[in-house]
Amino acid sequence: MKRIVTATVLNRSGVLNRVTGLMTKRQFNIDSITVGRTENDGISKMTFVVNVDSEQQIEQLTKQLNKQIDVIKVSDITDQAIVARELALIKVLSSAQTRSEISGIVEPFRASIIDVSRESITIQVTGDTDKIEAIIDLLRPYGIKELSRTGLTAFLRGSQKQITDLNSYSLLK
Amino acid sequence: MAVKTSVDKTASAEMNGADILIQSLINEGAEIIFGYPGGAVLPIYDALYKNPIKHVLTRHEQGAIHAAEGYARVSGKPGVVIATSGPGVTNLVTGIADAMMDSLPLVIFTGQVAQDVIGTDAFQEADVMGITMPITKYNVQVSDMKELPRLVKEAFHIATTGRPGPVLIDIPKNISQGKAVAHFEPDIHLPGYQPNLTPNYLQIKKLSEALSQADRPVILAGAGVLHAKASYDLTEFAERYQIPVTSTLLGLGSFPADHPLFLGMAGMHGVYAANMALHETDLLINIGARFDDRLTGNLKHFAPRAKVAHIDVDPAEIGKNVNTHIPVVADAKEALVKLLEEDMKTDTDNWRRCLNQYRNDFPLWYNKGEQGLLPQRLIEMVHQYTNGNAIVTTDVGQHQMWAAQYYPFKQPHRWVTSGGLGTMGFGFPAAIGAQLAFPEENVVALIGDGGFQMTLQELSVVKELNLPIKIVILNNEALGMVRQWQETFYEERYSHSIIPVQPDFVKLAESYGIRGIRVINEQEAESVFHETITAKEPVLIDCRIKAGENVYPMIAPGKGHHEMIGVKP
Ligand SMILES: Cc1ncc(C[n+]2csc(CCOP(=O)(O)OP(=O)(O)O)c2C)c(N)n1
Repeated sequence: MKRIVTATVLNRSGVLNRVTGLMTKRQFNIDSITVGRTENDGISKMTFVVNVDSEQQIEQLTKQLNKQIDVIKVSDITDQAIVARELALIKVLSSAQTRSEISGIVEPFRASIIDVSRESITIQVTGDTDKIEAIIDLLRPYGIKELSRTGLTAFLRGSQKQITDLNSYSLLK
Repeated sequence: MAVKTSVDKTASAEMNGADILIQSLINEGAEIIFGYPGGAVLPIYDALYKNPIKHVLTRHEQGAIHAAEGYARVSGKPGVVIATSGPGVTNLVTGIADAMMDSLPLVIFTGQVAQDVIGTDAFQEADVMGITMPITKYNVQVSDMKELPRLVKEAFHIATTGRPGPVLIDIPKNISQGKAVAHFEPDIHLPGYQPNLTPNYLQIKKLSEALSQADRPVILAGAGVLHAKASYDLTEFAERYQIPVTSTLLGLGSFPADHPLFLGMAGMHGVYAANMALHETDLLINIGARFDDRLTGNLKHFAPRAKVAHIDVDPAEIGKNVNTHIPVVADAKEALVKLLEEDMKTDTDNWRRCLNQYRNDFPLWYNKGEQGLLPQRLIEMVHQYTNGNAIVTTDVGQHQMWAAQYYPFKQPHRWVTSGGLGTMGFGFPAAIGAQLAFPEENVVALIGDGGFQMTLQELSVVKELNLPIKIVILNNEALGMVRQWQETFYEERYSHSIIPVQPDFVKLAESYGIRGIRVINEQEAESVFHETITAKEPVLIDCRIKAGENVYPMIAPGKGHHEMIGVKP
């Protein structure tokens, strides 16, 4: 099963190495990692999407992360009300004929075309993992030349009340 | 250089980085450094020139770090190590990993090439941070020399609190050489490090309820009891509720071995009664042990009827290997103190009777009538002639298991062995550290002929400092433990485990200026131990033990506690 884990860390040199090193050592399977600064100076936030076999494994992972001196806080937010987004850049083969067809796909996804050349166009799309997967599927028949994804970043929603409607975030499937 | 013995709050003079380091060490109460010099630490060694702190020059960096481990294990204080960049650090790696596995507090300082050439493959540059990251509790490279006092303070704090472990500080040469005005009363800033020592009351309640209901409770004591200095509380707890106690290899000494409630060591070469207690218990109370595979055997068969309670200061150990019903994240002592405030009724008479039966029916055994010097008997004699009061260090192999079986410890902190990593070459230098921690104590190093040859160069240190260590080599002219496994599991194909060529250990000792004696039978051993084992000088005793002896009983790999072999002659 996939889990989304966030870690608030001190922005010290080597901290990413420390965290990924421990995941390798303990044989955790990482789908994606994102790292970036936060509202606090000197503090970064990491978001991991990991693939685990059991509850016990995810518990070990959060405990091992927590044990790191430079890690301030670890949360498994999978079952909470969260906003989770990922960005993808997709370069698709396109000719004059297919260009408008592709635009027709891009629009409902609220994606945008950010580069156009004679043989291809580049699309930028933001959303949860399902949405990204969906647009990739629709674009595939045109021929994807290049695809680059940032990995998921996420945090808790401001209000946790509607947990029941929201906890079925697609990653859990 | 102006080294002051007290904390200097108002340091206003410029000092160089090395002097700042040494002053910080003095402020932390460091009394001894184990180390080896080299280019990148020359400024630090210059600061050590006037001996502001005692420094022990070992003859190999591995010797330095194992000595520091031995020192830490018996004294409870952090062992301090210095090594130079590149090969100096890589020579430390085995010891760092060993200390990490066995939770020993070390603070290690390594030289690094100057900051402006880091990353250029400069002479004697190694990626120390990368190499040691997975085998330290924490490591850090100094980037600004003003931070040195804080980093040193944090290093000692991290190494010695919570679950202890090794911390490494990498110091580029321009930092130890440069000058700055240091502030010696730094604030620790570790927002991500707050070990929880106090048990959750509800869990303590749950544990005491479980204990009131249990018919067959047993305590498994690990090294966590020793780190927490909780032996006394453990004894009181076990006695009050009449709970039988077993121990891991590293937990030996945490509970008096001669106590009627003590079952002996559990695990791969544990006592039958201890392993059966774990197999049949209905409430297993693990205090400060990490359920290592050498202890549990096959997890599928481990403690099948037990409710498991686990007290550990490291939350990540709880539930890691064994499903735990009552997790107690706490320092062992604090948890025991809280447990002792509870009021419970227990009745373990039947259970203890049953275990005593196992004890009587299946005691440790060896073939007493055999010809030659039997290793088990040899250890018994060492026990006898040291009155059971020695600090005993061991290397790794058969002799280590025999020492664990036949040298019962009545007191804590006298047993020094490499458990988690199983590091050959550990035992002899560890004895040096232990002796330096307690110069008046009787220190005996029980070592295999194989492992001794991995770090024997430290004989030179023993001579130089005239340390009255007794080096007892259990010489079977083989890598005994490997030989035993090849005999048992590889149809006696003794691949590279029998060593017909070895040095004359007696002459070897003599060449270092140390007294060497060879013994080939029990009578000789008896008279030599009688004469020398408590002598105030170093002695190496080459004991020609009967070759081909095996360590029993045993849980074979993949088997459970109830499937021990070799439980009877
Ligand atoms: C550094 C290292 N290398 C290899 C081993 C594997 N090993 C475990 S026990 C053993 C044999 C040890 O022989 P010896 O020191 O003579 O002790 P004995 O078993 O004979 O008592 C070996 C090679 C180890 N534990 N450590």
